[in-house]
Amino acid sequence: MAQHSTNTINYKELILNGIIKENTIFKLALSLCPAIAVTSGLKNGVLMGVAVLFVQVMVNATISLMRNFIHPKVRLPIFMLVISGWVTVTDLSMAAAVPDVYKQMGLYIQLIVAFASILARAEMFASKNKIAPSMADGIGMGIGFLFALTVISFFRELIGKGSLWGFPIINAKPLLIAILPAGGFLAVGMLMALFNWIDIRFFKKGAHH
Amino acid sequence: MDTAKKEHQLIVSVSPHIKSEETTSRIMWSVNAALLPATVMGAYFFGPRAVFILVISIIASVLSEYIFQKSLNRKVSVNDGSAFLTGLLLGMNLPPSVPFYIPIIGSFVAVVITKQLFGGLGFNVFNPALIGRAFLLISFPKLMTIWKEPTAAFIQFDAKTTATPLGILKEEGVAKLMEVFGDNISLYTQLFVGHRAGSIGETSSIALLIGAAFLLYRGYISWHIPVSFLGTAALIAWIFGTKGALFTGDPIVHLFSGGMLLGAFFMATDYVTCPSVKKGQILFGIGCGFLTMLIRLKGGYPEGVMFAILIMNCFSPIIDRGFKTKVFGAKKETKESKK
Repeated sequence: MAQHSTNTINYKELILNGIIKENTIFKLALSLCPAIAVTSGLKNGVLMGVAVLFVQVMVNATISLMRNFIHPKVRLPIFMLVISGWVTVTDLSMAAAVPDVYKQMGLYIQLIVAFASILARAEMFASKNKIAPSMADGIGMGIGFLFALTVISFFRELIGKGSLWGFPIINAKPLLIAILPAGGFLAVGMLMALFNWIDIRFFKKGAHH
Repeated sequence: MDTAKKEHQLIVSVSPHIKSEETTSRIMWSVNAALLPATVMGAYFFGPRAVFILVISIIASVLSEYIFQKSLNRKVSVNDGSAFLTGLLLGMNLPPSVPFYIPIIGSFVAVVITKQLFGGLGFNVFNPALIGRAFLLISFPKLMTIWKEPTAAFIQFDAKTTATPLGILKEEGVAKLMEVFGDNISLYTQLFVGHRAGSIGETSSIALLIGAAFLLYRGYISWHIPVSFLGTAALIAWIFGTKGALFTGDPIVHLFSGGMLLGAFFMATDYVTCPSVKKGQILFGIGCGFLTMLIRLKGGYPEGVMFAILIMNCFSPIIDRGFKTKVFGAKKETKESKK
């Protein structure tokens, strides 16, 4: 894990790192439970991604601000406290703003507390860096997660229900399995393969063969 | 080099030096041949439409394997007959009235996702044809459960749709089954010959038994899995077959209907996905029989052979480990020897 505590911070690289090189779902294969559970519809997938993006950025910022005051021995409980604080903020605001979506995925919003990726970024990055790079890192990781969930739920809803964001696109239900849990695993697996293939083929020229 | 000299050459090679004539492709094509009687009966009862579905399924299966292996620069192995077998088994497990794209999707899932993505023949965890069918049943629940009445004539009729014997048994009970088929004897005869609604290749019990006898005679399958599978299923059907009364069920109806024979002889015995230790195979068969009857009697689907075999497929490696044969001369590790 690269530490950007020096003055030369490449923000572009920091953000791209979370989206491509260390994409939570396609590269690290973390947080797969919500990636399969909430992605049967594009709307749910995107809102979940946005919620995670928000929590990730705010947690990184808070931890970064507090990093000099946290005693190393109690850092994990403090991290959890900060994360659950921001998750509660997200949870309550979503319940107020989009009650119909919240009814379906409220449980998964609360489960953001237990996301390995959020705790990992707090521990490995935010607690060692200043606020600006920490937020950039959070934005990158969050966008990477949002991107993955959007792509997965896009294909699952289109193939399983023939609609997007609830609006019918094709007048049929091509493959019902896509919106079932089994189809979620298949979709994540195939998109992971595709993502890695694109990454190797176009972004790491010369790194293979 | 002249031939006489060639014959007396000393050839140095690594072991094994004595090879059996049995090869993968020979076994696979024999299984294909063993399925022929049931295929012919299916074609006879369900007409040209059934043949069409079988042909599409086989072509799609072989083509998917060919295209996948070609595009990945792997050795193309369509000649070994395993893709052909997967296509044939998948086709035999489909209702005769499905649209043409159903076997194509099923074959793709069976060959590419279930077999090739796991590393090709020998590395697949699940039976490819059954995963193909499970995928289709979950994706197209309506299309996959429209059953045609057998016409018993190789002419295209607009055959009526009807329920399978197991469907009737599940929904309306044994009394209705007797009403549809007449009396006991007529029911058994029709189940035995195959004059009933069902998947293309599963209906004719006698044709499947002929094929199974051929495989058993040639030693390509052993008795362990089929006997324990069918025995367990028959026992459970006899004990719990009728609601409210024990020991009065009808095992014959359960054994000869649905995909029980096709599953027990041709799919559960798949070399790759069943345990290789004989004792383990018996446990595997008992598990298959138990799960099949559990789904048939208590589950939501009228037929459970497919899910039973797939569930037991996941346990194959564990069963194999549990029944690992002892190495000759090896001593059991005791507490004293550890010290």
